[in-house]
Amino acid sequence: MSEPPEGNRKPVVTIPLVVAGVCLAIPFAAMLWVGSYSRVEPAFIGIPFFYWYQMLWVVISTLLTVVAYTIVRRHERTVRAHRGGEEQ
Amino acid sequence: MKNGVNGVALAVFIFFFLAVTVMGFVASRWRRAENADSLDEWGLGGRSFGTWVTWFLLGGDLYTAYTFVAVPAAVYAGGAAGFFAVPYTILCYPLVFTFLPRLWSVAHKHGYVTSSDFVRGRFGSKGLSLALALTGILATMPYIALQLVGIQAVLDVMGVGGGANANWFVKDLPLLIAFGVLAAYTYSSGLRAPALIAFVKDALIYIVIIVAIIYIPVKLGGFEHIFAKAGHAFAAENPATGKPRGSLVTAPQAQWAYATLALGSAMALFLYPHSVTAVLSSRSRNVIRRNTTILPLYSLMLGLLAMLGFMAIAADVKVKNGQLAIPQLFADVFPDWFTGVAFAAIGIGALVPAAIMSIAAANLFTRNIYKDFLRPDASPAQEAKVSKIASLLVKVGALAFVLTMDKTVAINFQLLGGIWILQTVPALVGGLFTRWCHRWALLAGWAAGMTYGTWRAYDTPSATQDHFGNTNLIPFIGEKGYIGLTAFALNVLVVIVATFVLRAVKAPDGVDQTKPSDYTADAGDPGVRTELPPATAGAPAGH
Repeated sequence: MSEPPEGNRKPVVTIPLVVAGVCLAIPFAAMLWVGSYSRVEPAFIGIPFFYWYQMLWVVISTLLTVVAYTIVRRHERTVRAHRGGEEQ
Repeated sequence: MKNGVNGVALAVFIFFFLAVTVMGFVASRWRRAENADSLDEWGLGGRSFGTWVTWFLLGGDLYTAYTFVAVPAAVYAGGAAGFFAVPYTILCYPLVFTFLPRLWSVAHKHGYVTSSDFVRGRFGSKGLSLALALTGILATMPYIALQLVGIQAVLDVMGVGGGANANWFVKDLPLLIAFGVLAAYTYSSGLRAPALIAFVKDALIYIVIIVAIIYIPVKLGGFEHIFAKAGHAFAAENPATGKPRGSLVTAPQAQWAYATLALGSAMALFLYPHSVTAVLSSRSRNVIRRNTTILPLYSLMLGLLAMLGFMAIAADVKVKNGQLAIPQLFADVFPDWFTGVAFAAIGIGALVPAAIMSIAAANLFTRNIYKDFLRPDASPAQEAKVSKIASLLVKVGALAFVLTMDKTVAINFQLLGGIWILQTVPALVGGLFTRWCHRWALLAGWAAGMTYGTWRAYDTPSATQDHFGNTNLIPFIGEKGYIGLTAFALNVLVVIVATFVLRAVKAPDGVDQTKPSDYTADAGDPGVRTELPPATAGAPAGH
């Protein structure tokens, strides 16, 4: 789908923003590929792999979101500072 | 059920319930603004909530009592298939991160209170916004009803409610009292009440789960033993279907269903009116983003909670109604006073989301039905008044639902609700990123998705009845998958094709109120409404 024209400010897609996007996309690949974790072994303190692996992904995906958050916030600050400079 | 009332547990339960009631009424003074007579104040808590309040509010809102009863119950009944709730809550946060800050920005810029407000402003179509508002209200009502089912489960196990012999009034009296009180403080305090009570609810829930996940396995002889016993139980044949009862890991033929259920539910979760209400009540874009990094703590808890389903099997909990498995497990293994704490956690866990859901449904009614169609010139004070009354009606409706109809009806409708909400994605989420789709095409896609989803769900047998299953064969793929997601794909297809057609015949496009920069605006930018109450007015907004 096409984006409407952005007027005076074009969104800049930088390499860090792409990295943020990838961070947000990784959990989808990991979780939707059910075949990769649908097994019992190796168990962890008696909990089958299927369960502890998905719980582990709660933590991994959180860390990935933190990375994305840091990148996006830094990006927004730069854009904002830049824009502020232009307007004054 | 056991005979007799568990006195100690009941006393603890009542203590917490009273404490929460007081908090609910006091909440109206919490961070109060000078002019409290508007929908922004009553229905969105003044749009002033910071990271932590939002966290508790969203946590209290999304991880409901019903979740806490139903997820372990699903695991108890069938094993691995019930665990899809975990990948589901993992996947919803990256999605939230991507689109909800945009909704927050545009809503603040234009004073939108509901997601349908946004759709009306973006596409200039009252019809489309009405369709989405009705979808939201329809999906929320049975959800509120299910919160009552959660309270009922707890009351049943405590022996309150008089058992089968009591007349209906004695039986339902505790529930009526609980809901009467809830309705009263929601009416007077608005969104501030559940926000404040959410603190208690979550503290209780965390304590109960941490204790349960350590205490019960130790008592039952370790996880190894628990899973061995559960695996054994799942291998046994279900007399109704002639197939094994469940399995410890998803079988190859069930993997599509597992993945599509997780994805479809994740897409729908934050489009429920009550999620949108909680999100719009936060005070900046970054409060939302920061919340996507701390809300997964609840997902972790949900995963641990799901394990309780296996523990219930290992502890030989035998219940006819699966919803009672976890309350019964608590009553069996915990000392009485802690059973009371656990039940209070579930009971209060029902009140918080029920309050937010009724506020959200009331906001939808007020903004997108009353103001758009009945009284376009309604003042902010009138809006708040109508919303307060609507919130009462919604709760009475939910109560009538539970008291007059079979519980499975509420569960069926809640399942349909998930499918329906998913059909609002193209207009809502699509609209946040692009204006390419034509408003009538979006309406057509919505109608197609709703019809297909409802029809397929009705046609699909579930594990316990002839109708309202949630997975069926996906056309062209030939695997079983979540009906809601298939309906969504059809919806998108219709939207695209119809947009091409409508653009070709030059059908009139609505007026777009919004500008591209509205979607990235933040608190403090010119034109963004910052309505911080005096108490927090000096605090920096968000960073």
